Amino acid sequence: MTASNVRQIVLDIISDIAPDEDVTVIDDAKSLREQLDLDSMDFLDIVMELRKRHKVEVPQEDYSKLATLESCVSYLSPKFA
Amino acid sequence: MKYDAIVIGAGMSGLAAGIRLAMFDKKVVILEKHSISGGLNSYYQRRNFDQGGVRQFDVGLHALTNFIKKGEKGKPFSKLLKQLRLSYDDFKLCPQTHSRISFPDVELKFSNEFDLLMTEVSEKFPKEIDSFAVLVEKVKGFNELDLSLGYTSSRDTLKKIFKDDLLIEMILCPLLIYGSAWEDDMDFAQFVIMFKSLYFEGFSRPEGGVRTIISLLLKRLEEVGGEIRFKSSVTSILTSEMGQVVGVDLGGEILYAPIILSSIGYPETVRITPALESPSSPRVGAMTFLESIFIFDKKIPLDQNNSTIVFYNNAKNYSYRPATNLYDSTSAVVCFPDNYEAQKNSGEGVIRVTFMANYAHWKELGREEYDLKKEQVGESALKLIKTMVPRFDGKVLFKDIFSPLTIERYTWHLNGTVYGSIDKTRDGTTKVAGLFIIGTDQGFLGIIGSILSGISMANLHGLMGAKHEV
Repeated sequence: MTASNVRQIVLDIISDIAPDEDVTVIDDAKSLREQLDLDSMDFLDIVMELRKRHKVEVPQEDYSKLATLESCVSYLSPKFA
Repeated sequence: MKYDAIVIGAGMSGLAAGIRLAMFDKKVVILEKHSISGGLNSYYQRRNFDQGGVRQFDVGLHALTNFIKKGEKGKPFSKLLKQLRLSYDDFKLCPQTHSRISFPDVELKFSNEFDLLMTEVSEKFPKEIDSFAVLVEKVKGFNELDLSLGYTSSRDTLKKIFKDDLLIEMILCPLLIYGSAWEDDMDFAQFVIMFKSLYFEGFSRPEGGVRTIISLLLKRLEEVGGEIRFKSSVTSILTSEMGQVVGVDLGGEILYAPIILSSIGYPETVRITPALESPSSPRVGAMTFLESIFIFDKKIPLDQNNSTIVFYNNAKNYSYRPATNLYDSTSAVVCFPDNYEAQKNSGEGVIRVTFMANYAHWKELGREEYDLKKEQVGESALKLIKTMVPRFDGKVLFKDIFSPLTIERYTWHLNGTVYGSIDKTRDGTTKVAGLFIIGTDQGFLGIIGSILSGISMANLHGLMGAKHEV
């Protein structure tokens, strides 16, 4: 799966969790939390949706690797390989 | 039968927890003793033959706290919308006009715009306005969701900020009566939650009352595949020799699960869990109430009263504790549900009057005396209404009064307590591994608080914790 596929998977999940957020203006290098109204509960949902939809596990100690869209892609890509 | 998780009680917290777990494919069942959902925020019906129909009443709901406007972010209400994937519009919120705290010589109004309360304080307590600003900053900067916090007295904290005791009493009055299990005081974290919920955010009411919320939650639960069983009474919570929860006994039928979330109250949970029995069991709270509901043949004209909720106190010192006698009519919460926007202007008028009560005294009464005393409560409530809207000449079409015993009978909360035990377990844990407390006794109160309690405990112990068990 390409990096842009993985990026889209994360964006789709964010759009479902926080339907009021505009995901088209996200700066990939900046913290998601700073750009969108996402709290720790929402990050849990990203993790839960990754497991539910794609059988991808993110252990609790790795939650911080989901901080930016860029870091999501680099962390998750090997898991989708 | 084996489940991933069992939720006991289909109140607000139980339904929310069930939804969260089922959303992520946990096999979950909610067990409810009653034949309907809602718990402490349920509804009931009364026939009234002379008008040939059945009337439905909400039990708890005077006001839904934590009001937000559509699209507002980062607030408790918006968090629950996201977590349960519900839409703002489905709640059909009708905001309050304003509410007021009414003491013998002074009144403070507040609304869903916090500025009103600021202005009121500056006009009525000009010397205290700077201190009030200090309190506001303290509340804003406080992390009330920190689950590791211990008990701090709100009264002590307020005394360090304000010189005027009357203002302290007036600020505390609505917060205590809308959510304190403790007498005359509350935990400061709870104070902050309530201050934000009532004063920063404010009140609304869903069109259709509490049933609107219950229906939304039940529908969501069904969509995500959660199971719910009514008239299912848990007689015992079963544990292994290792002290791990294994399931529940339904009086013959056994259901197994490694995780149980109990919303029935902390002391109530201990009572059915032999492994939790100990001399230091959580204490049953003392705060319980009486409510009189009146239906009038016409609406109360707005020029006679345009407030939605009146926090009334006529005593020299406001006292929040069980009544010395059966009930205390020197203070009350009076709700005018017609004064939520978007309610019809014609037709019947409704007023609800809540007094503090004393469970033990009601428990002692014989059947006849009980009915008689309830009538007396109704008369006291009408008298209070008369002093508030002296020119109102509406005729009472229907009235209903519920007592601490009624609350106990239908919610199974010991002693008819509404705000639960004074011993909260903020992280939800008990001495039994896998058994967690959610709802009122986890410490988040009110409808929004309970829903968030169910969500956060399901997240913490059912979803995040799930990986560690395998």
